[in-house]
Amino acid sequence: MLKGHQSWIFENKPVIRASATVVGPFEGMGPLARDFDIIHGDSMLEEESWEKAEKVLIEQAAKLAIEKAGITKEQVQFHIGGDLMNQIISTSFAARTLSIPYLGVFGACSTSMESLALASALVNGGAAKFILAGTCSHNASAEKQFRYPTEYGSQKPPTAQYTVTGAGASIVSQEGEGPVVASATIGRVIDMGITDPFNMGAAMAPAAVDTIQAHFRDLQIEPGYYDLIVTGDLAKVGYEIACKLFEKHNFPIHQTEYADCGMMIYDYDTQMVQAGASGCGCSAVVTYGHLLKRMRKGEIKRMLVVATGALLSPLSFQQSESIPSIAHAVAIEAGGNLT
Amino acid sequence: MANNKMKKATPVQQEYQKLAKQLEPKRPLFQNCWRAFLAGGSICVVGQAIQDMFVHWVGFNEKEASNPTVAVLILISVILTSLGVYDKFAQWAGAGSAVPVTGFANSMASAAIEHRSEGLVLGVGGKMFKLAGPVIVFGTVAAFFVGIVTLVFKGTGGGH
Repeated sequence: MLKGHQSWIFENKPVIRASATVVGPFEGMGPLARDFDIIHGDSMLEEESWEKAEKVLIEQAAKLAIEKAGITKEQVQFHIGGDLMNQIISTSFAARTLSIPYLGVFGACSTSMESLALASALVNGGAAKFILAGTCSHNASAEKQFRYPTEYGSQKPPTAQYTVTGAGASIVSQEGEGPVVASATIGRVIDMGITDPFNMGAAMAPAAVDTIQAHFRDLQIEPGYYDLIVTGDLAKVGYEIACKLFEKHNFPIHQTEYADCGMMIYDYDTQMVQAGASGCGCSAVVTYGHLLKRMRKGEIKRMLVVATGALLSPLSFQQSESIPSIAHAVAIEAGGNLT
Repeated sequence: MANNKMKKATPVQQEYQKLAKQLEPKRPLFQNCWRAFLAGGSICVVGQAIQDMFVHWVGFNEKEASNPTVAVLILISVILTSLGVYDKFAQWAGAGSAVPVTGFANSMASAAIEHRSEGLVLGVGGKMFKLAGPVIVFGTVAAFFVGIVTLVFKGTGGGH
């Protein structure tokens, strides 16, 4: 199972039996709207606070994923997930409702793939038959915790990113139909000394590049093996930096299509999002909604999803600490006979 | 500050930060200045119009009209904040919407709305000055020092 230094190969091929995505109104206006299961018209979701609304997002996504997998929640052994809120309250409070044995994890915006990698490892090793993996973020609750009040009039620089309101969840199982999780690479924390919380892309790009290179080194394959390599939420600025770093390291990324989830979910011309999207929900809804749909249609056979996370807290950047970042990669392949 | 940080960074970090800086999209300085001028100026024109209205129709003199004028501007800003318009206007206007009294009102109203969910006392009461607090503190400190300077150069007497 362990391959190379920091990667896992899942020889028992855990299956993503079902996935579900729930998003807010702003995401529903973007180009990927048709790939999401539920689009809410009100970002409060008729709740009393942003935090409660965020909890409902992940609750709904989890319940829908379980339903789509054709199982009951009693059949799910474990729930692995996390989010951006302090003490990961959104996921933990949703876990209170779901009452599935729960492992809370925090990897900031990399939580989507961190939870999927862990779920796959546990299922692959026989520790569980079904695992629910998921994450969520809410634009307003993230703004409130990390930046300014949502209605405060401050001008965002062109490097700023817009936190996605959305949740994505998946059911990983030992058997069944669906895309399989082939391998995963766990990233290390990289800190290049970027201190600007309005430039997360630049902070996270080196972590993404490090994990991607580690993946190919560990598995001894070339980027061309995948039809698509996609990073989580580097957005325009981070994406460009990552491309430059690949070039500098002589890494043949050109063998495949390289994209970023943070650049897919919004329309740059009509939606005011500066550099692009970010947040736990970003890579989760793009992967579980858009990309898996493309895979089911047969447009993608193999892809590597590299979710990126900035491990800062509102306190750490006020104390002028730099932004440590991490990235976790998960390789997903179309089910059935791959040659 | 920036130099200190650079000294602590390893050569690899320094090289990366240079690269990141190169690829960072620049803030559109000229456009920001122009918009700030337009937006800030327009708010002041509105303020002047309100003041003139108080002078002409209510019969205040200019000095008496200034307080109700500010109150009206604050009211407009708070209403726009509550309607969710002010933050979108501010992204366009930048400093133009932050500097006048409307920006100050927005900072307090937005914090109050945001933290309403934590209750009236600890939420609204406690967090309302989250952004406005520093402005008041350092505004008062600055006024104190300006007062001292005035005192030293002009003395207390005369009243001029």
